[in-house]
Amino acid sequence: MTGGTLTGRPAPDRVAYWQALDSGRLLLISAAAMLVTAAFAGTVLDIQSRHLNWRAALAFGGFIAFGELLRLALPGGREAAPIAMVGAMAYALLMSLPKEGVVHYNALLVITVSAIGMTVGALPHIAAGRPAGLTGMCTRLITVACVAFIFRTFVSASFVDQPWEFAFSIMALLVILGWLVETMVGALIRADDVGARFSVAMWDEMRLQWPLGLAVGASVIITVFGAKDMGLMELAILIGPLLVTQIAFRRYAGIRATYLQTVRSLARVTEVAGYVEAGHSRRVSRLAVAVGRGLGLAEKELLALEYAALMHDIGQLSLRDPIPGGATVLVSPADQEQIAELGAEVIREAGVLDDVATLVRCQSWPARGHVPAPPLGSMVIRAANAFDDMVGSSTDRDRSAAALERLRLDPAEYDGRVVAVLAEVAGRRVSSRL
Amino acid sequence: MVSRAAWLYISAVVAITVLFVASAPMHLSGIPHPLFALVTLQALFLVCDSVKTPLISRQTKWSPSSAATLAAVVLLGPFAAALVGATSLISMRRQLHLPERLFNGAMHALCGLAAGEAYLALHGHVGFPTASAFRAIVVAFAAAAAVHVATNHALIWGIYRLDRGSGMLRREALESSLPLLLASDLGYACLGLVIASLWQIMGWFAALLVLVPLFVARWAMGQFAEQQRAYAATMNALCQAVETKDYYTRGHGDRVSRGAVMIARQIGMSSDRTDAIRFAGMLHDVGKLGVPTQVLQKTGPLTEDEYAAIQLHPMRGLEIVREIGFLYEALNGIMHHHERIDGRGYPMGLAGHEIPEFARVIAVADAFDSMTSTRSYREAKSIRLALAELRKGAGTQFDPLIVEAFIAALDREEWRLPEPAGVPADLATVTVQDHDDPTAPLRVIEIP
Repeated sequence: MTGGTLTGRPAPDRVAYWQALDSGRLLLISAAAMLVTAAFAGTVLDIQSRHLNWRAALAFGGFIAFGELLRLALPGGREAAPIAMVGAMAYALLMSLPKEGVVHYNALLVITVSAIGMTVGALPHIAAGRPAGLTGMCTRLITVACVAFIFRTFVSASFVDQPWEFAFSIMALLVILGWLVETMVGALIRADDVGARFSVAMWDEMRLQWPLGLAVGASVIITVFGAKDMGLMELAILIGPLLVTQIAFRRYAGIRATYLQTVRSLARVTEVAGYVEAGHSRRVSRLAVAVGRGLGLAEKELLALEYAALMHDIGQLSLRDPIPGGATVLVSPADQEQIAELGAEVIREAGVLDDVATLVRCQSWPARGHVPAPPLGSMVIRAANAFDDMVGSSTDRDRSAAALERLRLDPAEYDGRVVAVLAEVAGRRVSSRL
Repeated sequence: MVSRAAWLYISAVVAITVLFVASAPMHLSGIPHPLFALVTLQALFLVCDSVKTPLISRQTKWSPSSAATLAAVVLLGPFAAALVGATSLISMRRQLHLPERLFNGAMHALCGLAAGEAYLALHGHVGFPTASAFRAIVVAFAAAAAVHVATNHALIWGIYRLDRGSGMLRREALESSLPLLLASDLGYACLGLVIASLWQIMGWFAALLVLVPLFVARWAMGQFAEQQRAYAATMNALCQAVETKDYYTRGHGDRVSRGAVMIARQIGMSSDRTDAIRFAGMLHDVGKLGVPTQVLQKTGPLTEDEYAAIQLHPMRGLEIVREIGFLYEALNGIMHHHERIDGRGYPMGLAGHEIPEFARVIAVADAFDSMTSTRSYREAKSIRLALAELRKGAGTQFDPLIVEAFIAALDREEWRLPEPAGVPADLATVTVQDHDDPTAPLRVIEIP
């Protein structure tokens, strides 16, 4: 991955980078496919054995399908299927059912049932023209497989007869392991997709996923122990509480998305009012987020950076007449500072975006010699804004190179590290349009 | 703060509850260490009760405490369930006053008792749910949960009817979230059976384990509420920024939004649509930014071109907000808020009921605020005069039904007039003609 190396020039192995993006997914999907093939073969060979409880397989498969149908969009374009995950993990960890007592089946059956359930649940999504979500399904399948392969070897009458604390501890450990596997695979894919560093992506993923992971883990353990007396009917009972939890998450993710859309749209008022060139705020925000990612900012900081970049010109609304062409890079430092101050004032008015306001306020500060030093996000916005003022929507290589050269020649104004990453990002941008 | 009728109602509920609970067989049965189980479930109830979360609006709170009561129904019987519910009396939420505490305690005790009796009536087995009798237990439990939720909502509905407006509950808050509230109540009631079932394996730890998903859901709800507040605040700040361009129209969007919401409530719009019209009202003039300042500030009659530029502002506004995940209706409201019932408005010249409802509502609130605010060319009109003007325009410019609804809403609720504007410090930021003012139409140079 090139995100970590600050060469200052477009990386020569750019094409390899794009290929690497797909190969991560490819690897995941082929691993899952191999797993499923082996599991199917194993299950078919074993189908005559007396261990196969059709009703349990059907109940859990149906539960998984239902959960897959109700996928959950999380902030940052992620997708999860917590109810499907509860079903699959509980099937992997199931110990006993009322009529037959201790259940014996192998991990292959767990994988088969999970795979079939997930596929059935994904069909309506495909029919409705939504993405199939293959990556997410494969991630979940591999997670379940890890847990199932470890746990199904334990289950025996003597294990189940131990005090409940013993089984509970083992399950808790396995649930945590499963969560770590899922998070890690998710972070790997995401790091590839958006060009973030793996360590940052992993940290982001863990921070974002732990509440849901906790709820899923506890629900899995509840399901497994509850099934001893309640049997398969328990699955129907548990759907209620799980749904409520899911609705809570859905509303949360929904309002966050609307929030971002609103800021994106309203940031365009400066364009409609003729203060800045059309598309300027959005280009600057895209550029700033890409640079911020290259610099290893965490997702929370990236969100603040995105908001700040979208609204960085909002202070111009207080100007009586638009700056010609809207290019703040061309006006005097004092005016720039005033625009930044006014913009920050507007944002601080909201009372909830103080970090964003700080980024906007400090965007006019030079990278060196200013006391206190501007925050990294502000330096990113400053550089991205200057770059866009000079290049605009053009994808011309020479123009972009000339703009970068000008930024590079002014190290007191524009931070060297930021410009280096900016050059890399801009290079990628040009090449992706060729 | 609590009306006499409400006091009477609360006393009646408390008396009925005491009567019923006292006449119930006062024994704890079912499982070993019943007293310990009772205290644990009471603790669970208190914890659930103290983490009530705002659901949608700040008035409606939601709590999963029914799971504890229903677990008591299964494990210990109706009397214990009543005792668990009665713990609500000593709820850890400090802001509760005595009448609220009394009512909550009595209500939850009564709910628990009723659910327990329903459970027994359907031959539910009190004690650990056994695998052999589980089918019967599920049926009885479903009935108990339904009775619990029904009793709960019926009693709350009663207090709202009697105590309207005193702040304990608000009508729109209750109605808007009722389906979601019922669904989540029933969903969490199911957990009562799960707790009972896990109890025979892991004892009190079952209560703790079940709390985990509850708290996560609560966390997500809290995040949602926080984001919603942040969203509204940001929207407000951005709208204010847009309005700073013109000294006299400051706060216009906010006031139009309030007026539109008043009308929406008066004509009985659903809460989703009311939310949407709130934002539509706030943003209805955002497209004015696309109109060159010199046109907005022109003193003399406008040329055709300049008039056309003003007429374009609803479209410009639409352009800005189109990508926000709003209801489609809100966009319509922004785009058509200058249409007239007689078809002579802009931008499309729609007439009568071709004009979307949102637009007809915003048009009335918009004109009213414009007339009751100071402009550079006139003082603010009084509310009475402005309403007379609205009536005059009803049927030609405005929808008469909406005008009447607005007048009725103004009778119920007070209208906060804008601060009387003094002379602005900076004369250049003043709009000289207001396109919203029906009493002073824009003057356009007629071309013969």
